[in-house]
Amino acid sequence: MSEQVFTSCTVGGAISVYVKDGKIVRVRPIVIDEKDMKPWTIEAKGKKFSPPKKVKTAPFAMTERIRVYSEERIRYPMKRVDFDPNSKDRRTQNRGKSGYERISWDEAINIVAGEIKRIRETYGPEAVTGITSSHHNWGTMGYKTGPFMRFLGSLGFSFVFDNPDSWEGFHFGAIHTYGYFWRLGCPEPYDMLEDTLKNAEMVVYWSNDPAATWGTYTGGESQIWRLWTREAGIKQVFIDPFCNYAASTIGDKWIAPKVGTDLAMAFAIAYVWIKDGSYDKKFVDGRTVGFEQFRDYVLGKEDKVPKTPQWAEKICGVPARQITALAKEWASKRTILSCGVRGGFGGAMRLAYGHEWARLMVLLAAMQGLGSPGSGMWGGGMGGPFDGNFFFPGYADVDGRLFSTRAANKQINNPVQQRLYRLFVPECFTNPPVEWIGEGFCGQSIEQQLKPYKYPLEGKSEVKMFYRYGSSFIGTMTETNRWVKAYQSPKLEFLVNQDCWWGGETKFADIILPACTNLERDDIAEFGNAGGYSAHGSSGANWRIIVRQKKCIEPLYESKSDYQIFGLLAEKLGVKDDYTDGGKTEMDWVKRYFEISDLPKRISWEEFDKKGYYVVPVPDNYKPTPAYRWFYEGRPCDTPDYLNPKRNTDKAHELSSYSGKIEFVSQSLAKHLPDDKERPPMPRYIDSWEGPASPLAKKYPLQLMSPHPRYSFHTHYDTHSSWLKEIPGHRIIIDGYAYWTVRIHPSDAEPRGISNGDVVRLYNDRGSVLGAAFITERCKPGVVHSYCSSIKYDPLEPGKPYSTDKGGCVNLLTSVRTLSKNAPGMAPNSCLIEIEKWEA
Amino acid sequence: MTKKYGMVIDITKCNGCYNCFLSCRDEHCGNDYLPYAASQPMQGHFWMRVIEKERGKYPKVKVAYTAIPCMQCETPTCVAASMNGGAYQRDDGIVIIDPAKAVGQKEIVNSCPYRVIYWNEEKRLPQKCTFCAHLLDQGWKEPRCVEACPTGALIFGDLNDPNSEVAKLVAGGQTEALHPEYELKPKVKYIGLPKRFVAGEVVFKDKQDECAEGVKVTLKGDGVEKTIKTDNYGEFEFEGLAVDRPYTVTIEHKGYAVKKIKAKTKVDVYLGEILLSKAVAKK
Repeated sequence: MSEQVFTSCTVGGAISVYVKDGKIVRVRPIVIDEKDMKPWTIEAKGKKFSPPKKVKTAPFAMTERIRVYSEERIRYPMKRVDFDPNSKDRRTQNRGKSGYERISWDEAINIVAGEIKRIRETYGPEAVTGITSSHHNWGTMGYKTGPFMRFLGSLGFSFVFDNPDSWEGFHFGAIHTYGYFWRLGCPEPYDMLEDTLKNAEMVVYWSNDPAATWGTYTGGESQIWRLWTREAGIKQVFIDPFCNYAASTIGDKWIAPKVGTDLAMAFAIAYVWIKDGSYDKKFVDGRTVGFEQFRDYVLGKEDKVPKTPQWAEKICGVPARQITALAKEWASKRTILSCGVRGGFGGAMRLAYGHEWARLMVLLAAMQGLGSPGSGMWGGGMGGPFDGNFFFPGYADVDGRLFSTRAANKQINNPVQQRLYRLFVPECFTNPPVEWIGEGFCGQSIEQQLKPYKYPLEGKSEVKMFYRYGSSFIGTMTETNRWVKAYQSPKLEFLVNQDCWWGGETKFADIILPACTNLERDDIAEFGNAGGYSAHGSSGANWRIIVRQKKCIEPLYESKSDYQIFGLLAEKLGVKDDYTDGGKTEMDWVKRYFEISDLPKRISWEEFDKKGYYVVPVPDNYKPTPAYRWFYEGRPCDTPDYLNPKRNTDKAHELSSYSGKIEFVSQSLAKHLPDDKERPPMPRYIDSWEGPASPLAKKYPLQLMSPHPRYSFHTHYDTHSSWLKEIPGHRIIIDGYAYWTVRIHPSDAEPRGISNGDVVRLYNDRGSVLGAAFITERCKPGVVHSYCSSIKYDPLEPGKPYSTDKGGCVNLLTSVRTLSKNAPGMAPNSCLIEIEKWEA
Repeated sequence: MTKKYGMVIDITKCNGCYNCFLSCRDEHCGNDYLPYAASQPMQGHFWMRVIEKERGKYPKVKVAYTAIPCMQCETPTCVAASMNGGAYQRDDGIVIIDPAKAVGQKEIVNSCPYRVIYWNEEKRLPQKCTFCAHLLDQGWKEPRCVEACPTGALIFGDLNDPNSEVAKLVAGGQTEALHPEYELKPKVKYIGLPKRFVAGEVVFKDKQDECAEGVKVTLKGDGVEKTIKTDNYGEFEFEGLAVDRPYTVTIEHKGYAVKKIKAKTKVDVYLGEILLSKAVAKK
């Protein structure tokens, strides 16, 4: 058979897939006909910047072929050997240690459908819950918001709110400062690349490694932007306890506060500006509220503690003179503050009181005139020239989700009212009742994150069955021995896991169902565009590409597409018609998504399907509308930020905070939580509950920081793509085992007798994890850097909570305590540990 | 004129993403391209190796990533060491280890001072980067590693074409060979190979809360003398210095005693905080 080339897309970029004799032989960045690429040009500082006519992926996208053929694929439906659906005793205590036997699809579907039926009939629909992991595949139709949600929604189930994960501080802090709840607190990104190159003199990347977070979903596309920034003569300063990948290669200056003390440094910068009078007084007067109270606090009038650089030095370990120098340089140069998602996801907001740091970021940007030329706020991973008026749904858009899209004849509304909160699911399974506030991702309003919840709902059943899709929680949530315990809870009568690959959680399930990857089924999606809360995310790519994701090969082994698997269950459970929207095939859905988008205005279905892609050009008469320029200038919002509720109204010149302005004293917090000492109406410095100044530091003197990984995405790729094991920044092979990389400064390694390449044990009262020591000057002394998101949970004693994990899930060590009492976001970077050389 | 393929690797543009390494693996692992190359094993070979070099000490740290494919030497030692045409150079300059004729010739691996030839134990075969010759011969413009590089740090082309980017970079005199002392005329050239730096932070002993900006710092040694002023953080850096040479750093500022520090560039030197004391008034 001759070679065929298919188009597809991954979380790390659009690809071309070469297939020979039914086998994938090559995966390369998507090949686009040069005629379809009309490059834009930014002229700045006497230079012209234009992207190359190529598509750039993230590294892991280049491993897609071996990920599909991974040894760790789940091949067949499996049943835990000591699980008997006909017995009352489910032997839940054996979850995590028992082996599995292969069963047929018929048997598997009968058991799963039978259990769903039994549990619904016995306890009510509330007793069934389920949740997916994120990001293992790509595709508007088939993503986690697709078949899984349409199936369970058709049935009715206890929905699990996702806790905001990765931008916690902005969600729980910035929203109360400048609004932007529809972006979950993150800044709008529009045309900030051009504004930076043209107008900025300095970029301060604060808790941001744009060389590690890949614009989230836009692969390697924006990597060249940092080189252009350098070429334009713009100074690039990095604030991070770890000399991150961008800092160590293109950084002009690295400043390293202790983990979680960035807030003190931020206050000291404000202090210098107030003392020097070097802030934008006109902007502060006209566009903000509460500055006087903030000023008095900073100067020490409130608590007799002036927030001087000397004060901050004692907390953060950065010499006062360096803080002062940075503050003065920042005030004297047009400076972009680079933080706040799509490039951001920084650890400084994923720790104790991380919302206060995020609030300070907005406030510092305000003090320098947020939105004036070259003085914006920009993560660095979106904001290229972009046609924001062309519509194609991302999977997180209302029109992208299979259950709510107008691509369907019938939208599905889950009738069940009971809710769980992802971060506390283990407590729901082991120790209910559980209370929290907020509806997870609170993109609808400021008040949404203040709504109280309780599980179980009055008069409703607790959950008895968990339909788990994926295996990421032990590697991505906090204090994750909780999950090991929860999975063994006798309350959980039935546990399914569906996935393409084996991972840390798979081995707890009673029934395991093998799904195929998105290279084994049909779909349609846009490179980099998740939609919804990060609207226009594909502006982080130089090319806006909508991809017809082709089925490249038949599903491997006995795997099936998620749409098929849930179709089989829906049929057994009598909801097939709702689930399939009257009998739609996967290709029917793909065509419907095409039809509801703007694509038919530009290209026929036949041509699109044949070519495999459409590149949305930047219009010839493109007029940049830089983020916040409208607000700075007091004009109505002119950016294409379509979810901004005030846009195109008579209040379009306002922000969506309560005052319509930037709030040094938050009006929303003052109204709803005036007595909250941890997140008071006006931000204040508070020592971390687990930091270098805590009593616990005597026992566990090292600070563990665990940012998002660089060479894998979330928990994906990792050991499923074996080549990554040979990248020492990712894993290090010792005696044939690929250990997770643990970075430590020589001054911390030496007294512990740790040498480079040693197997080490990281531990505290919450867990024990093995890794490979990578001794480096890039860590601030006292800081251990080890990425979160190992997919491999490999306990030395399987099924035993608190067993030492050989796989590298450092999240076992982190605390479940949230940012603050009323801000239920994860705080994994407030984590004290000790390290020792491991002698097996 | 015939083509002569070459590559320029600009280290100043590389942030170590490993796209080159991974796309090379994607092309060659499990895929035979005879007669160019047999498949690369799934583990253990680095036809495109990335070396991470950490420079300096906390808090003055830089990282340089050096990507190392086969250097495609004009006078290749592997060809000289091979028997029966086990390795040969094509007219376009690409050096190929013949996957059939080189079987069993382990000495080819050891002949390469750059250590870019790997032994395939299973196939009893020496193997290395081919510049993706099998693709170039099909009309591709560049090897997989170059296509995948997000920052344009890898540049590929015809060294005999004066209009090609590689030829221009080489003609511009910015490029250099890795280990020129081997004298093998590699057709892979580098920009920004890491040299050595000497850096430090000047602090006025009597004003430690202020950065010592604008202090005159002179570096002398190895036939060079450079003078710079400290920046707004009181910091100075002399980059691109020779390896393992003695230098003297002289720090002078009005009203302060002159300070001289010796530095040897065996590795990059970060002198840390350098305290300047007030000059003692002469009696």
